Amino acid sequence: MRLINRTPNRATGLLLTAAPFVLVLVIYLVFSNQRLAENPDDKLLPAFATMFATIKRMASEPDLRTGDYLLWLDTQASLTRLAAALAISTTLAFAVGIGIGLIPYLGRIFGQFVAVLSMIPPLTILPIIFITVGLGETAKITLIVIGTAPALIRDMALRVEELPAEQIIKAQTLGASTWQIILRIIVPQMLPRLIDSLRLALGSAWLFLISTEAIASQEGLGYRIFLVRRYFAMDVILPYVAWITVLAFLSDRLLRWVQIAAFPWFDQARKR
Amino acid sequence: MVKSRTKWIGAAIGALMIAQPFAASPASAAPKTHFKLAWTIYAGWMPWPWAAEHGIVKKWADKYGITIDVVQINDYAESINQYTAGAFDALTITNMDTLAVPAVGGVDSMAIIMGDYSDGNDAVILKDKTKLADIKGQTVNLVQFSVSHYLLARALASMGMNERDVKVVNTSDADIAAAYKTAGVTSVVTWNPIVQQIMGEKSAHNVFDSSKIPGEIMDLAIVNTATLKENPKLAKALVGIWYETIATMSAKTPAGAAARADMGKESGTDQAGFEGQLKTTHIYYKPKVAAAFTNSSDTKRIMKLVRDFLFAHQLLGQDAKSADVVGIAFPDGTVLGNKANVKFRFSTAFMEEAAQGKL
Repeated sequence: MRLINRTPNRATGLLLTAAPFVLVLVIYLVFSNQRLAENPDDKLLPAFATMFATIKRMASEPDLRTGDYLLWLDTQASLTRLAAALAISTTLAFAVGIGIGLIPYLGRIFGQFVAVLSMIPPLTILPIIFITVGLGETAKITLIVIGTAPALIRDMALRVEELPAEQIIKAQTLGASTWQIILRIIVPQMLPRLIDSLRLALGSAWLFLISTEAIASQEGLGYRIFLVRRYFAMDVILPYVAWITVLAFLSDRLLRWVQIAAFPWFDQARKR
Repeated sequence: MVKSRTKWIGAAIGALMIAQPFAASPASAAPKTHFKLAWTIYAGWMPWPWAAEHGIVKKWADKYGITIDVVQINDYAESINQYTAGAFDALTITNMDTLAVPAVGGVDSMAIIMGDYSDGNDAVILKDKTKLADIKGQTVNLVQFSVSHYLLARALASMGMNERDVKVVNTSDADIAAAYKTAGVTSVVTWNPIVQQIMGEKSAHNVFDSSKIPGEIMDLAIVNTATLKENPKLAKALVGIWYETIATMSAKTPAGAAARADMGKESGTDQAGFEGQLKTTHIYYKPKVAAAFTNSSDTKRIMKLVRDFLFAHQLLGQDAKSADVVGIAFPDGTVLGNKANVKFRFSTAFMEEAAQGKL
């Protein structure tokens, strides 16, 4: 039988899925134990018990100096920034993207401009953002918006252009105005696609969030990682990385769930 | 299934190869002859790259039958992490960071060279305000848990205030100069050459600097104690390189001026800029004086202040019940803190050998 036609059964499948995770854990344990045997205070590869104790302390005991529950404080701060920035980005993308994709005049004005904007590496304009909007929350949200919005806008415009021309023509023969076409034809079909692009944009949104928190901050997941890096606290860094991964994974799943629940037709059409 | 099994074995081997650098190196029977020193850009550490480029490192290494790589790391915190993880045998570092990172991380280190102390290189700068007392209630941008943070704590203490009187915002050293220019930033604590750069602004006022706490921010050369015990030659060579190089650097001769110009260029400024930074760096040019300071009661008093600061900020480890958790050994044999867990040792042995011309 050809390789492409061979599928694992359920049990083998689960085993194969688990294998790389287990392998990474085993490799970590081997080297961690080896280093800890030589130096019980080793910071590079702390034991799982140490990491668990550290993260438990950060999640369930108030910080001695500030009285905050650090893990939740950081998570809340980061997620607030991320949500605010992505709300702005998606709104922008939806409005501008549809405009560029559907209306030739808007396409002419903004199409190339957004294409060029999206090529600017956002981190290179960080000093400009700092000088214009300061170091506070606005700067952090601005960076994430600049980092995610142009790509989202371009994607939205492309998706609009992909719609079969027949749909638009048909609507016009039925007497629809431009506004009605946007409202009744474009928007309903674009919303589920917007969720698709948002899912893809999550990765870069996290990247920009962490970068901006590393530079000037008082709390946040990225802030904590870069702060404790100064004294090499891998027992904080590794669980934080895992936590960020979990949060990112969950937000991706959540968006997928919203897409299926709110636009069942879209999901079914894709499966066909 | 056979196919997928071989695939996993292949993946496992690949992963092991990637993970190999993280493994602690097993003790080898053959004596080690190759060593690595990591340095970062700072006025008091610029002699190291200059010595490497001008054959002084090779000369002393050859004399003791070893080789020494002098490696620049772009990021100071990263150089400390690399040393602590075991990638380097020797490092240029401050007294505070030695205690907070390698010592707390169980890596026993010995300070073999008391290079200098910051005598104004670190400063608290206020915008449009001229007195330290004005800092009350302000937001202060600095690299948290660095010597800047320590300087701020000492400055506040000198006014009978503490950190509750200000709001500290962690800001990367790379961005502090740019941050100062933004409207929201009213006070910063940082080090040279950033201090020089910010003081160029009309609005900037230096209200407290490290010359007010002489000796407290020490710049050292440390060596992993276990490596040193097996290879005292390494320390001898490093100390030899150091005093020969700074003698050249400080000489009021054309050769000395050329060395200062080179070091200035290497640290991103020029001869005048470098000489300006040397004025705020109290370098111990004579090994005898350096050893005397290391041996003084001042060093003990300072290390107590530093470790109490670290303990107050939970930087001596989260399980630390008291500031005594790590022991610091002084040249006279006394230990500050836990005698059973000495991880930071001040040694004058090699500086004294240099003073006596025995190297």
